[in-house]
This record gives sequence, C-alpha cells and structure tokens, in this order.
Amino acid sequence: MTNQLKKILLGDQGIVLIFIVAFTIVALLVPNFLTERNMLGLLQSVVTVGIVACTMMFCLAARDFDLSVGSTAAFTGMVAVMASNTTGSILVGIGAALLCGAFVGFVNGFVIAKFRINALITTLATMQIVRGLALISSDGRAIGINDPGFYQLALSKLFGIPTPVWILAGLFVIFGFVLNRTVFGKNTLAIGGNPEASRLAGANVDKTRIWIFALQGVVCAVAGILLASRITSGQPNAAVGLELSVISACVLGGVSLAGGRATMAGVIVGVMIMGIAENVMNLMNIPAFYQYIVRGLILLLAVMLDNLRSSAFIRR
Amino acid sequence: MSFLQFSNLTKTYPGVKALSGISFDVRKGAVHGLMGENGAGKSTLIRILSGDQHANEGEIRIDGDVQAYGSSRDAFEHGVIVIHQELQLVPELTVAENLYLGRFPARAGVVASAKMFADVTEKLKIAGIDIDPRRKVKTLSIGERQMVEIAKAVMLDARVIALDEPTSSLSSRESEILFTLIDRLRAEGKVILYVSHRLDEVFRLCDSLTVLRDGKLAAHHETLQGVTRDQIVAEMVGREINDIWGWRGREAGAVRLKVENVSGERLPEPASFDVRAGEIVGFFGLIGAGRSELMRLVFGADPQFSGVTSIDGVQVKAGSPRQAIRSGIVLCSEDRKHDGILQGRSIEENINVSSRRHYSPFGLLDRKREVEVAETFIKRLKVRTPSRKQDIVNLSGGNQQKVILGRWLAEQGVKILIVDEPTRGIDVGAKSEIYEILYELAESGMGIVVVSSELPEVMGICDRILVMCAGKIAAGLNRAQFEENAILAAALPDVKQPTEIAY
Ligand SMILES: Nc1ncnc2c1ncn2[C@@H]1O[C@H](COP(=O)(O)OP(=O)(O)OP(=O)(O)O)[C@@H](O)[C@H]1O
Ligand SMILES: [Mg+2]
Repeated sequence: MTNQLKKILLGDQGIVLIFIVAFTIVALLVPNFLTERNMLGLLQSVVTVGIVACTMMFCLAARDFDLSVGSTAAFTGMVAVMASNTTGSILVGIGAALLCGAFVGFVNGFVIAKFRINALITTLATMQIVRGLALISSDGRAIGINDPGFYQLALSKLFGIPTPVWILAGLFVIFGFVLNRTVFGKNTLAIGGNPEASRLAGANVDKTRIWIFALQGVVCAVAGILLASRITSGQPNAAVGLELSVISACVLGGVSLAGGRATMAGVIVGVMIMGIAENVMNLMNIPAFYQYIVRGLILLLAVMLDNLRSSAFIRR
Repeated sequence: MSFLQFSNLTKTYPGVKALSGISFDVRKGAVHGLMGENGAGKSTLIRILSGDQHANEGEIRIDGDVQAYGSSRDAFEHGVIVIHQELQLVPELTVAENLYLGRFPARAGVVASAKMFADVTEKLKIAGIDIDPRRKVKTLSIGERQMVEIAKAVMLDARVIALDEPTSSLSSRESEILFTLIDRLRAEGKVILYVSHRLDEVFRLCDSLTVLRDGKLAAHHETLQGVTRDQIVAEMVGREINDIWGWRGREAGAVRLKVENVSGERLPEPASFDVRAGEIVGFFGLIGAGRSELMRLVFGADPQFSGVTSIDGVQVKAGSPRQAIRSGIVLCSEDRKHDGILQGRSIEENINVSSRRHYSPFGLLDRKREVEVAETFIKRLKVRTPSRKQDIVNLSGGNQQKVILGRWLAEQGVKILIVDEPTRGIDVGAKSEIYEILYELAESGMGIVVVSSELPEVMGICDRILVMCAGKIAAGLNRAQFEENAILAAALPDVKQPTEIAY
C-alpha cells in the first residue's frame, strides 16, 4: 500500500496528483481563493516564472543550468522601453529586446558548448555582466514608458483573459510540442541522459545546446517586455532572484537536475504550485518576510523529491 | 554439505516477475554456475544475495543462518562479496584507493598512502594482476577495471563470492588469470557463484550448475559429469540450437572501406586496412591491443593525428561521428554504459535516437514510425521487457546491449557497420539471431567489422581476421587459414613471427 502510493507519487504523473489535491484543499479552506478575480490574478502572477520555465526546462533536461535569466529579463525589458522611447515605435522596441535576449543566450550557449565551460559558472558570470549592462544603460534609474500603447501589452484582454496569460499558454503549447514531437526536443533529452552516447549517435550536441540557450534568451526577453509593460517602466533591478523561482518550479515539476527527464505538464504544475503558495500567503496576509522561508522550503522539498525520484529510478 | 541455500526466492518488478520460487543449494568449496537467457533473473538473484535488493518471498541461508541484510555493506560484513555486472569503481580515484574505499588505512583521519600503495602492490602481485595501483581507474580499460574488481574480492576474506559475468570484457589470457584465482579460492573452501553466458568457461570452472529460464528454475545439475553443451543450451533456450555460428559463404565485392595510416593519441602507430562489400572482417587481439581505439578513430569518436578514411572512394571527414554516420559508417561501441545507453529514456527512444532523422521531416517526429521501428527490433532481438516504454536502465545487461545494437541496425544507408564486442553479455539464442542479421546485412552489400575478444566467435562468423597486437595490426588470415594457435600467437606480444600479413 505505502509502496503503491510511493510509486504513484514519484511516478511521471505524481506531481499532477499532488497539485490537484493541494488545489482542492486550498480552494475549500482559503476564502476568496476560488474567485474569478483571484484566479486571474494568480495566472498573471505566474506569467514571468512560467514563460522562463519553458526554456529552463530544456536547459535542465540537457544537464545544463542558467542563472542569467533574471538579469536578462531586466536588461531586455530595459532595452524594450529605451528603444521604443527613442524610436517611437513599440515594435522596434520589442524587436530590439528579442535580439538582445537572443544574443545573451547565444553567448551563454556558445561559451558553454564550444569552450566547455561549466554552465553554472558561465551563467553566473553573464548574470552579473548583464545586470551591469542594465544598470549602465539606465544609469541605475527606472525609465518610464512614453507611449501608453506599451502598457496595453500587459493590460489588454482577449475574451476576458489578459494577453500575457494567453502568451504564457501559447508558449506552454509550443514548447510542449517541441519537447515531445520534434527531433530537437528528443535530442535535448538524449543529451541530458548521456551526452557522450548522444554525440556518438550523431546528435549535434554543441548546436543543440547553443540553440537551447539562445531560445532561453529570447524567451527571457518576452518575459522582460511583459514585465516592463506591467510595471510601466524599465527597471534595472527587476526580476532579481527570478532564476531561483524558475529552477524551483521546474524541479518541483519533475525535471531532473541530473538531466534526461522533463515533461511540460510537470513544469506547468510546478509553476502553478509556486504561484498558489504565494497567492495563498497573500490572501492570508502572511508578511512578506515569512514568504521567503516558505519559498526556500518549497525549493528544498522539490530537490528532495528529485532525489527520491532518481534513486527510485536509477537501478543501482 | 550444503553451505549456501536459496529457498523459494521470489522477486517482482512492475510488470516483470524476475524470479519465481527459486530453490537450490551450493556446497562448500564449489564453484556453482548460474546460466540463463538475458533477463532470466541471474543478476536479480545475485543482487538479492548482496543485500542490494530485497526478495518479496523466500530466504537465503549461509551455513544454516538466515541472511537478512539491509545493505551491501551488511552483506560485506557477513563475508558475502559480489562483483556486479556493471562495474562499481570510482573513475577519479586510483586503483589502490578504489580497493580500499570505505576502509582506508588512516591515522587520525589522514590516509596512510604509502602503506596503502605498498599493500595493494603486493596483493595484486600475489593475485597475478599486472596493474599499477597508482593509476586512476578512469585510465584503465574495461578489462583492467574488471581485474581491479576481482582483486577487491580476493583481498577481503569472503565466505561467499558471486561474480556476475566477470569475463564478459576480458580476453582469454586475462580470463585465464581469473580462472586460476577462482581455482585457488575454491581450494580454500569458499563458495563461488559464477554467472556466465559462455559454456566453455562453465565447463572449465564449475562443479555444479543451475539454469534459470524466465525467472524459474529450468534445471539443476549437482555435477557436470555427463552433461552436454547441447543439453544446457536446450535447458536455457527451451529449444535446440545446432550451430550457433551458422556461417555461410558470400562473394566479397569491391573495397568499400579504406583506412590508410590512421593514428591518434592512444594509437601512435599508423594503421591501415580495408573492408570489401559483403565482407565480415574480425578484429581479434588482447585487451589493450588497440582494436577499439582504431575503430573509434575510423568513426571519428576521437581526434585523428594522421590518416585518411574513405568509403567507396569518397573521403570521410575526420573527427566527427555525425559526419561519419552521414557518410555511411556506424560504430556500436564496446562500452555500453558510457557510450551507449541514454539513461532515463525509454527503449523506444534509445532505438530511434540516430535513425529518426531519416523519417522526421522538418525535424518533426513520426511517432507511428518510431513505434514500428522500436517494436521491430524488440521482437527481432528478443528484448525481454514488458513494454517499449520501459526505461532502459531497468533492463537486464544483455537486453540493454540488444537495444543499443538495435539502434544501429535501425540506421539507414549504412555502408560500413562496425560492432565492438556486439555479443558481450548476450545469451546463446540471441547471439545466433544477431549473427544471422550480420550475414543478411553483409549479403545486402554492407561491409562489416566485428571486434571481439572471443576467439570462437571471430573464427565462427568472420570471413577474414585481422589480429592486433600492441597497437599494430600484426597478422591477417583468410577463412581457410583460420587456426586457433596461429591467431593466438599473433595476438601475444612476446612470441611473434608475423608469417603472412595479408591485409
Ligand atoms: N529495477 C527494475 N525494474 C524493472 N524491471 C527490472 C528491474 N531490474 C530487473 N528487471 C527485470 O527483471 C528481469 C531479470 O533481470 P536480470 O537482470 O536478473 O536478468 P539477467 O538474467 O541477469 O540477464 P542478463 O543475462 O541480460 O544479465 C528482466 O526482465 C529485467 O528487465
Ligand atoms: Mg545480468
């Protein structure tokens, strides 16, 4: 019986089950949780983490790591605001931000794949460099958005649901498809499972890794633009600590830190669990200081789950 | 007097009954063989003996006492030592450190290195194992690693020693050293459980034998006197196999693979050979003779220092397995754990990983096709598994090997197939099926290279044998010239008269 339960909980769908149970309990116990307004708020609050988690999942699945996502989101948000302010075109702003994001990601990937430098160290470095760039370009200050059209990115709604939530949902679908139905996705998982064997099987390991990081950069830019729009300015100190929330969400969602294991459904659930925890603490008026502790505990729990899972799954 | 007793041992994994109600006894001072097809449950039995897994039912007694270990360390302290099929050494540590792992000789927490190295040097010498204890394990060949594992068992004072396919990566000479060691342990009154797929060894070593089939006891022989090979094969496979090689002649065509003066870091002497269309060429040699290294260079797995490889007259870009595969060379590597299996991924994915580029338009998977390919090879190679979705790490060793082989057999447009120890750890029945596949591929015009340390195998299935010795191709023999002593002589570094070199 306990064995059976353990197997289900640690299995592929285990986290989904935990989520459903947790959601039901919270919905029954916490007042104002299951209201339309709160649900929309909850979804909006997970947009940034959720968007970046899509590509972080690929990164982790390929046995890599990316700490630079928070800085990249802040920097690209900044670029979007500044470029659209100077050119007067929101599209140019968005384009510039996406390009900058892709560039940062490409540099990460290139250094990691070609110079064989540990991903943790490389992105720890770029995390600081990029944060520096954000601070330098804005002279350390927040930069307000001139064109009110820019706010609409985050404020507009489609069928009553905010645009960023649609974008998030779209990215979930796209990256879920890429992971499960494309050679790129399968190569990612194969590389995470055994990089040397993948190389000998003819997978283009370096190219795949560079692509993963470049995509990660682009996706960070999307998150950064939406974030800037929501806070109506480019903030050089935005999204501090984003990398930790994103990695926690992924690990909670069953992405193995040892590589080779990831599912989109799991990641979505991981993101939602993180969001709900925060949402509930807000609803229950738990002071922000305590929320750090809870977030830390959730991360610890996530890693412990990962550990249990891999010892249950690796044969010896 | 039975010393080691198994009674009613039963073990189930999700979807698999690995062992059902196994009972048998082994007496003191005996080497007891354990045979059976891939996935029959041999390793599972040994893992239970070592305390690494727990039986659902049944018990094990040693000298009358029921054994109930919580862990391998526990078993260790009760004098049970197991050498697993997948080696368990720490690559970054030296040989000596590995041998003393968990019980370093230390004073106040400081490891007494000098003492440790001196100790190990002496013990290796007694055991007849010629390896420098200061070398890091990662620099050793698989065969050498195996010897280190065995040294571990010898150094500890064990009552029961279980060896799970210990010779699968040893050459005949190294195996002989091991057999001498085992003989000595038997004389000292130890109980030895010996798992192997090689009948020769079982007849050479074992006093008694148990055959498992599908997790059940298929046969138990108190003595091997009067037991024939065919009988054992039939007990394992459930049917008779007359000629496992089944070699048949073929016309060789034009030269397909031409390797000229290829050298690399671990193969300093340039080597040249060629392979014709429809030809099966065997590479025989001792471990460390450079066969696998040569193949890795040809395939581009390691960087080449010099040399040219061409297929059908077209030069292959050096140093890139990806390009090699696209030019029509594939290599099924000998080190399945390191170079082959994608951990955590299903059998299906492990089979399709390379060939899928032929049937994935625009990088999109054709899932129906992938299922088909996976099912075909699972059936053809008789992979024992409840489902193609099973994680490859849950398969038995031999079945993992079959999956990796399936990966390369699924590849399309192959002109040269190089298989390095293709049947390592594979049972007799599946072996003959694999040989049959190789003949069919050769008949279709492919050139095939088989690297093997099993002399009967190379002699049984190859049209031509190249013998390597100390990093050089030392001899070449056509099928008519095959002769055991000549091949062995060419493989040994000391006694060397290279008579006919025809490659
Ligand atoms: N952790 C596991 N999860 C699921 N199935 C397993 C697990 N370990 C072993 N099995 C299954 O149990 C059966 C027996 O495996 P075992 O490793 O004992 O075979 P074996 O006789 O040693 O085979 P081989 O000759 O290939 O080494 C196999 O069908 C294998 O797939
Ligand atoms: Mg086994």
